[in-house]
Amino acid sequence: MATTSEIRVEAAFEEFERPRWRVSGIWQFARRQPLGAAGGIIVIIMILAALFADVLAPYDPVANDFMAMSEAPSWTHPLGTDQFGRDLLSRIIYGARTALFVGFVAAFVGGTAGLILGVTSAYFGGLFDLVFQRVMDVFMAFPLVIMALAVVAILGKGTENVILAILIPFIPRCARVVRSSALSIREMPYVDAARALGYRHHRIILRHMIPNVTAPFLIMLTAFVGQAILLEASLSYLGLGVQEPTPAWGLMLQGGAEEYAESAPWMPIFPGIAISLAVFGFNLFGDAIRDTLDPRLRAR
Amino acid sequence: MTRFRKTLMGTALAGAAALLAQVAGAEEPQRGGTLHFVVPDEPPSFDGHRETTFAAVHPIAPFYSLLVRVNPDNPSSTTDFVCDLCTEMAKPEDGGKRYTFQIREGVEFHDGTPLTAHDIVATFQKIIDPPEGVGSARKQYFEMVESVSAPDDKTVVFQLKYASGAFMPALANPFNYVYSKAKLDEDPHWYEKNILGTGPFKFTDRQAGASMSGERYENYHFEGRPYLDGWQATFAPKQSVRVQAIRGDRAAIEFRGFPPKSRDDLKEALGDQITVQESDWNCLLIVTPNQKRKPMDDARVRKALTLAIDRWGGSEYLSEIAIVKTVGGIAFPGHPLAATKEELQEMAGYWPDIERSRAEAKRLLEEAGYAGGLDIVMNNREIDQPYKIVGTWLIDQWRQVGIRATQEVRPTGPFYDQLRTKKEWDVSLEFNCQTIVNPLLDVSKYISEDKSGSQYGGYIDRELDEMFEEMNRAPEEEKQREIMRAYEKRILDEQVHSMITLWWYRIVPHRSYVKGWKISPSHYINQDLSNVWLDKSLM
Repeated sequence: MATTSEIRVEAAFEEFERPRWRVSGIWQFARRQPLGAAGGIIVIIMILAALFADVLAPYDPVANDFMAMSEAPSWTHPLGTDQFGRDLLSRIIYGARTALFVGFVAAFVGGTAGLILGVTSAYFGGLFDLVFQRVMDVFMAFPLVIMALAVVAILGKGTENVILAILIPFIPRCARVVRSSALSIREMPYVDAARALGYRHHRIILRHMIPNVTAPFLIMLTAFVGQAILLEASLSYLGLGVQEPTPAWGLMLQGGAEEYAESAPWMPIFPGIAISLAVFGFNLFGDAIRDTLDPRLRAR
Repeated sequence: MTRFRKTLMGTALAGAAALLAQVAGAEEPQRGGTLHFVVPDEPPSFDGHRETTFAAVHPIAPFYSLLVRVNPDNPSSTTDFVCDLCTEMAKPEDGGKRYTFQIREGVEFHDGTPLTAHDIVATFQKIIDPPEGVGSARKQYFEMVESVSAPDDKTVVFQLKYASGAFMPALANPFNYVYSKAKLDEDPHWYEKNILGTGPFKFTDRQAGASMSGERYENYHFEGRPYLDGWQATFAPKQSVRVQAIRGDRAAIEFRGFPPKSRDDLKEALGDQITVQESDWNCLLIVTPNQKRKPMDDARVRKALTLAIDRWGGSEYLSEIAIVKTVGGIAFPGHPLAATKEELQEMAGYWPDIERSRAEAKRLLEEAGYAGGLDIVMNNREIDQPYKIVGTWLIDQWRQVGIRATQEVRPTGPFYDQLRTKKEWDVSLEFNCQTIVNPLLDVSKYISEDKSGSQYGGYIDRELDEMFEEMNRAPEEEKQREIMRAYEKRILDEQVHSMITLWWYRIVPHRSYVKGWKISPSHYINQDLSNVWLDKSLM
């Protein structure tokens, strides 16, 4: 069984190999993790679509065109139009912006909060850890969607509240995973040494413990982005997320898409594919990162 | 055969066919069964006097009786009223200034207490002159009423200030549920959270967010009615869910209405198992600017908003995807008091040239100091048809003159809370849906805040109030029409207190086994379900 000290040693070797990794690392990653690379490509495409939506989208995503209501896919509208005559391709491209914004912010803020809380809990241990973990247990007793629904019900709708609704359930999940890694790090000699040198708690936590739990944190982070995208789409579909006419994939699945699902199937199909691909991409990419960063899996 | 004889014979044949159809159609009602229907929303409260939404009618009206009501066999009529709790329709006395009603004997509330004239008086006093802190959405309908009294247990007298043709339609309003005086004396808010009436059905159950149900009241004052054993209303905000519920026979009907697409889908899927009833609808969606908040206190901004809306174009296309259709002013289109197309086109927001209209909107915004555009918040109701559809369309219309609107969609309860109390919005999409087509009363919503029970723009306009009163006192229709035009112009053009979007069109596709229910231009009328029955041979 690999010990934490072995991980540190391997990490130290990686420090020396890093320049080579930068040059050919992407190719090596793609060869070792072809599915992960495919996921990475999907993620990159999404990011590019979100960043350059203004350039890439052929139409204004919110402009109604009643001369093109519910049009089937064609050269003019490659993915068809909705009941307002809005171009679905443009709305999906702009929708990537909403999905990624919500996904990244919720995952990063929720994950980071969980990281700090998890490591702090492990570091102090004792009664603090016991109470804190029971509080986390309470939060984790609620399924992700239920918890997010409850938060939206209390705070109200809108992008900011949706982000809050998504990131709050992430905190205990990340804290729990990170804590389990941090518990072993707490016992490491260098942490004892830092204590003996009289460093303050926050310095030990931030400078000595958190950097050593980055691997599980990054893995959680990538998984969270996919989950956050799915949650945002779910909340929007339920009418609790962003509101019309904001282009958002979940929102595109409700209303007209439900009503016209039989006569204009492109309305639900393409946003559905976008959501599935995004989550699939992030999950593949996250798995690959886990395999790469986890020395036990990397050794196989 | 001469042309005249051919026409005569054709007419005779058509008449005979119609007679046969009528005879064949006069089916004997069958007793028994439970009617399952879907309702797009939950009632914000159970108090019909306070509420203005169908959600406080479809699952609530079956528990209550009215003093007089629209004839359930002729619900489209604007003049056919019949007794519900009275024994005979009152004749106007004292030059039309007094109406005396005799109350039915032996009527009991569902808890067994007898109904008397004092209950009716307490009910109308609550509607006309509610206690402090108690809402009454239709108090302005009774402007002409001086007093309501009960000289004895069986007699109710309405004394009017002046004779008015608007009195009887106001009395027959389907929201005027008759309540128990004892309960109102106990707590004037009691009926907001409780149900106790004398209607054809007794309350049995309510699952918040899910359903409500009622069972037959055996002591109902119309013998032999109701025909149903009971009913269950399922709340389903999503239109697709309601359509699928009817398609899968989990529900037999939705009384409000569906867009043309849903009608066509149901008809195509179920053929003869679906019957469709259609009607013009005395209902319209309006945009109300919050005049207590900047920049909506500026008439130029309000005018820019209405000028940006292409109603004529919107009518053509939105009618394909939503339950809206007709371009109109404040009065029911087609009514003698309503504006003609030419008259409408004279007003802001109805100009035939939308480009000129939008150029004027931009100019007004610039003049008001919003040359760089304007950000506004729109309060909207979480119901697809037609709120969210029209809301999305309006945002696109305003976008074209540089107004960036953010839509905040809320379920009915919070929506009304915002509309009435919180008022954290610049504009709100709301409605003016009325019962019996009677423009003289229907337009009362627009009078000053302190006189109207349902004006949410927050303005006081005494000139408008005077016009309203003068119009209601005017004996001749010609004069009423003349005042109505000035009243309408002030509301929609000069002051832009309100912006009419489009009038609704009612389409109710339902399971063919549902019998005894007739459509009307109002989704509030004829909803006590006492006449409804289920044809078991078609189930």
